[in-house]
Amino acid sequence: MRIKRLRSLAVVATLASLSTLAACGSSSDAGESNGKVTITVEGWRPGDGKDTIAAVKAQAAAFHKENPNITVVPKEWQWNAATFPAQLAGGTLPTTFRVPFTDTKSLVERGQVADVDSVIRALPYFTQLNPTVLAAAQGTDGKIYGLPSDVYASGLHYNRTLFTQAGLDPEKPPTTWDEVRADAKAIHDKTGQAGYATMTKENQGGWILTTLTYALGGQMETQSGDTFTATVNNEATKQALGYLHDMRWSDDSMSGNTSYNWNSINQAFAAGKVGMYLSGSDVYNALVTTNKINPDEYGLAAMPLGSPDGGALGGGSVNVVSAKATKAQAAAAVAWDDFFRVRKYVDEASAVADAKLLVADNQPVGTPTFPIFDQATWQKNQDWIKSYVNVPQQQMQSFMTGMFTQKLLSEPPSQTQALYGALDPAVQKVLSDKNADISSLLDQANDKVQQLLDKS
Amino acid sequence: MTVTDTAHRQRRSPLTWWRGGGAGALLFLLPMLLIFGLFSWWPILRTGVMSFQHTNLVEPAQWIGLENFRNVLHDPLLPVAIRNTAYFAGLAFVFGYPVPLLMAVIMSDARRLRGLFSMLAYLPVVVPPAVAVLLWRFFYDASPSGVFNSVLGKVGVGPVPWLESSHAVMPALVLEATWAAAGGTVIIYLAALVSVPPELYDAAEADGAGVFRKIWHVTLPHLRGIMLITLILQIIGTAQVFLEPYLFTDGGPDNSSLTVLLLIFNYAFGSTTGGGDYGSATALSLMLAVALAILSFIYFRVTRSWSTS
Repeated sequence: MRIKRLRSLAVVATLASLSTLAACGSSSDAGESNGKVTITVEGWRPGDGKDTIAAVKAQAAAFHKENPNITVVPKEWQWNAATFPAQLAGGTLPTTFRVPFTDTKSLVERGQVADVDSVIRALPYFTQLNPTVLAAAQGTDGKIYGLPSDVYASGLHYNRTLFTQAGLDPEKPPTTWDEVRADAKAIHDKTGQAGYATMTKENQGGWILTTLTYALGGQMETQSGDTFTATVNNEATKQALGYLHDMRWSDDSMSGNTSYNWNSINQAFAAGKVGMYLSGSDVYNALVTTNKINPDEYGLAAMPLGSPDGGALGGGSVNVVSAKATKAQAAAAVAWDDFFRVRKYVDEASAVADAKLLVADNQPVGTPTFPIFDQATWQKNQDWIKSYVNVPQQQMQSFMTGMFTQKLLSEPPSQTQALYGALDPAVQKVLSDKNADISSLLDQANDKVQQLLDKS
Repeated sequence: MTVTDTAHRQRRSPLTWWRGGGAGALLFLLPMLLIFGLFSWWPILRTGVMSFQHTNLVEPAQWIGLENFRNVLHDPLLPVAIRNTAYFAGLAFVFGYPVPLLMAVIMSDARRLRGLFSMLAYLPVVVPPAVAVLLWRFFYDASPSGVFNSVLGKVGVGPVPWLESSHAVMPALVLEATWAAAGGTVIIYLAALVSVPPELYDAAEADGAGVFRKIWHVTLPHLRGIMLITLILQIIGTAQVFLEPYLFTDGGPDNSSLTVLLLIFNYAFGSTTGGGDYGSATALSLMLAVALAILSFIYFRVTRSWSTS
């Protein structure tokens, strides 16, 4: 009797497990019925306060009121290249989410984000979008794959306290790379801290080398029709690595610590161990919220340029749509991105609401961003949020004025991340080996990038 | 097994299996089968399939034959990664393998404080790996104020760029990995040492053996079986080293700490190839798994006659 019961239990258990497996395998509902559509969206980042979460939910409700056929479900999400494939394959990605400029093109090339070209072109302000900014959301086929937001230009971040201790004037940050080198040496000689530091790993070494190359007037790729040619071994990049080599070995102004990524260099800078470094102008937000920098120590200068062709590399996020979204979901997602991310740049009520929310959550307001539209629209937006600004903008004056006179340059269009990755070892070699042969390192990197370009 | 047993087993039909309560056994096996099936065997099978495909995880995958394997074998970074992994495994064998053994033998001799010593030895294993790496970053700080460098500075050496030099990086990673992993092996050895009959030590002592002769003639022969197992586990473990190079250096400087597993990770999730190449990642994973399986097979064949104590 006992065995019989066990047997029937076994059968039930087997069936139950099979049905569980079947349930795991079936795809979720596409989120559409009777013209009504439901989308999930990137709402807040892990660690955001409950005020932020409540505010995003309120925005979702307001959007639903405006668009009764669209239900928006915001969720906690942050871009992470390592977990993205599993989320894509498992169907747990939000319908729309932000991806850094640097990663957008790789996703487009792999067909992992939806083509929303026609929906975005239909937006009323489409023709006013800054073409350089829009280029970040454009595939090599010319189609638009998302709506750019949170755009910044790269700049030189410096520690005002270290400047003062080194006998330098914090109101006069360097404007040429020779001045950067001289100031770095002065800082290291007088304070013992690294005068200059740079990111070296996780593709960020290549990213900042590209930033420096652009400032010196070089280009990493050229395009002719559909064909891309790698120009990584150009004179400006050689010059850029030459500067790094001399600051590391001839001047000894970089200290021995050269293994930095975006997070660790921010940490070292906020701790007063780095005099100057290059990064996006919006990094102040992370320095405040994550690294608790003393705002009095912070200074931001416009990118020192070394050539009339030079410019500042731009960065930011592109609001893309999951490749698994239906057409109706994709359209709804772009409508939400317009409402939630971009409208604040053109609409006073949205701008003020956004600033109020940030201030309430103790988040920085007024960190320099780059105009998605023209300078006049940007200025209007700045005036709307003026009374909410809580960052030391007077310490960022060099950048704020330089930003509109400098060219904003977009990233290498094809195989962007792979190109950066191929340059990481060159940066690391120059900083770890006094006798590194810069030309041959760049020739090797160039061959590698060209192979990747030929394959794509 | 006797002849009768075998004959009896051959006669069993599904019906006798069912009547004999086989379903009940299956019921108890089911959770294990399901969990292993879902989370171990199914992914392994998928890895095998994906290594012959090109996929972006959106559209249906295309079969591309051996293309992924060709890509991996033609990648100039593969020999670099293999060389680095072998170097790591070699260093870990020379320096990391004897350390737990020595610690265990010494600790088993210290009868009074053995509990305290084994706790201290095991403590690094309890520290979460990411926290351990964070801690060791302070030790390896390349500036003169780094923990190791300030100690070395007192005797006029350095500062050493521990993680920033292509010569120092691998020994530095092995040192941390040995610190982090030794405790687990020490516990295994300590457990094995308990089984050594104390009379043997007494007899050896009566024969006039000192500490080292006792270890050589009594302790080590008893540990032989365990040592062979821990050695193959160490080889398999070090061939798959990922955490240290990933968290400390991301393979740098200039790929001098790029390991096979880190290369696999980079194929799929970023860095030098720009990521997204799941085919190459699974192809190299499969090649590594097959290589390790063959190695283990040969190892057990060769050491079969030595392993019984």
